Amino acid sequence: MGANMIEKILARASGNVDVKVGDIVFARPHRILSHDNSAAILKIFEDLGGKNVWDPDRLFIALDHAVPPPDSKKANNHKIIREFVKKNGINNFFDCGCGICHQVLPEEGLVEPGTVIFGSDSHTTTHGALGAAGIPIGRTETASVWALGETWLKVPPTIKIVLSGKLREGVVAKDIILYTIGQITADGATYKAVEFHGPVVEEMRIGGRLTLCNMAAEMGAKAGMVPFDDVTAGFLEGRVSGEFEIANPDDDADYESILEIDCSMVGPQVARPHKVDNVVAAADLEETRIDVVLLGTCTNGRLEDLHQAAEILKGKKVADGVRLLVYPASRSILDEANRDGTSSILLGAGAQVAVPACGPCLGAYGGVLAPGENCVSTANRNFKGRMGCKEDTGIYLASPATVAASAIEGMIVSPYA
Amino acid sequence: MEIKGRVWILDDDDINTDVIYPGKYTYELFSNEEMASHALEDFDPEFASKVREGDVIIAGKNFGCGSSREQAVTCLKYSGVGAIVAASYARIYYRNAINQALYAIECPEASEYVRANREKLSGSEITLDPGKGTMTLGMQEFTFSQMSGKAKEIFEAGGLVEYTKKKLG
Repeated sequence: MGANMIEKILARASGNVDVKVGDIVFARPHRILSHDNSAAILKIFEDLGGKNVWDPDRLFIALDHAVPPPDSKKANNHKIIREFVKKNGINNFFDCGCGICHQVLPEEGLVEPGTVIFGSDSHTTTHGALGAAGIPIGRTETASVWALGETWLKVPPTIKIVLSGKLREGVVAKDIILYTIGQITADGATYKAVEFHGPVVEEMRIGGRLTLCNMAAEMGAKAGMVPFDDVTAGFLEGRVSGEFEIANPDDDADYESILEIDCSMVGPQVARPHKVDNVVAAADLEETRIDVVLLGTCTNGRLEDLHQAAEILKGKKVADGVRLLVYPASRSILDEANRDGTSSILLGAGAQVAVPACGPCLGAYGGVLAPGENCVSTANRNFKGRMGCKEDTGIYLASPATVAASAIEGMIVSPYA
Repeated sequence: MEIKGRVWILDDDDINTDVIYPGKYTYELFSNEEMASHALEDFDPEFASKVREGDVIIAGKNFGCGSSREQAVTCLKYSGVGAIVAASYARIYYRNAINQALYAIECPEASEYVRANREKLSGSEITLDPGKGTMTLGMQEFTFSQMSGKAKEIFEAGGLVEYTKKKLG
């Protein structure tokens, strides 16, 4: 029996020839990611007796969760992190404005196929888009990895998701992953790895693949991965120098289950409050008024996402009273959007274009909701209160095209009727 | 060690870490006690002021899904919660609980029974013996599997901070 992706990656990261489902291994990461929570991790690192970090070049820190900082406490948090970075010689540090950790890490060539990326953020699954295993862990565990360079993992079983058929016009990775989560449910992949296969994935650019793997977290997955191919190689060219060893699955690899989704049947999707698996076709959604539109974040803040929205918003205005917030995923994406005219289209439609960061997705600043308000968002979570207010608010998740079309109408509509 | 307290029923599946510990507090460097004062704020605003030492949370499946924020464990631990009993846990939450040495017990039978009889059982007494893998609720007894391997080792060291301290020597 051959090996699947997570088995190959965990064997390599733990120095074993092969591993099987259920084995406990000690894995060493290629990178360990953290963000604004690095100040809290540092405190734990000191509590557990850590002095020097195990390998400064393996650490990656990007400030993105409260950027620019809305109050002096959060500003001080950043200050503590900057001092730590300087003292420990951490070169992979990306200060406020560089972008969101899950975009900057791959963009900077810091994800290599076939490796383990640990991250003190639940959406660390994103990095599986490059054929790696992005595995989320908590703060204490991150502090422990800073000190020891490894942590224990149980080799999980894998669900193979085959995305077959052909995408309908205007349907993107976000629609497909929302539909898939609706089928699998919010805990359908808990303690499991997920591999995305099939013609739809093969034709998808890295941006869409990052969206798929990002939201693998919303089905509970330990890691979401796409096999390495020419698309991956094209993205890595000029970003990753040196050799890496890919970890594509063997033809006779073992899977716990195989789920095939005929994407030709899937139209624009919406996840209704307050659970990500509460998914319905946008065309079937009951009449839903909106107040805030969030375009961007680590799920859909890439150039192709902004392009998709701009195509719909060109020459149009957002509805009266609707606030369209744009949070590009990185500085280079915003720079490109400024140069190719995308930003002008968005601004012309009435958008507020913000500094590349997480924004109100996590409810701490930058466009939180008022009581009674609804938001349609390209982000990845619609939990009650997630955007800073739980009193009679609702968050609806959708693709860039759907949120753009909805911004114009002031209510959630399917972008391609 | 036996845990004895009242039953707190959180009658839902997929209770996420945002409602256990709201995002607006995640980047504040709070003390454990401050974190405890916000425990479950967006799920049951009365919880933090009414919970007592040793109380046991009973919830449905996929408890602790969503964000990896560890304060969602810390806030419950320092609010006095003796153990959580759920039908199942989200992966990161379960690891975080082990790393903080808070009992996260998986027992779908107890979860189902308590939720089905919630009016009668809310606030009633529960006794839990993690060493034996048993819990008693009135006349009902349930068994659950005990921790093993690496998880047990970390838990018994008092959590991952203590465990790593030892390892660093």
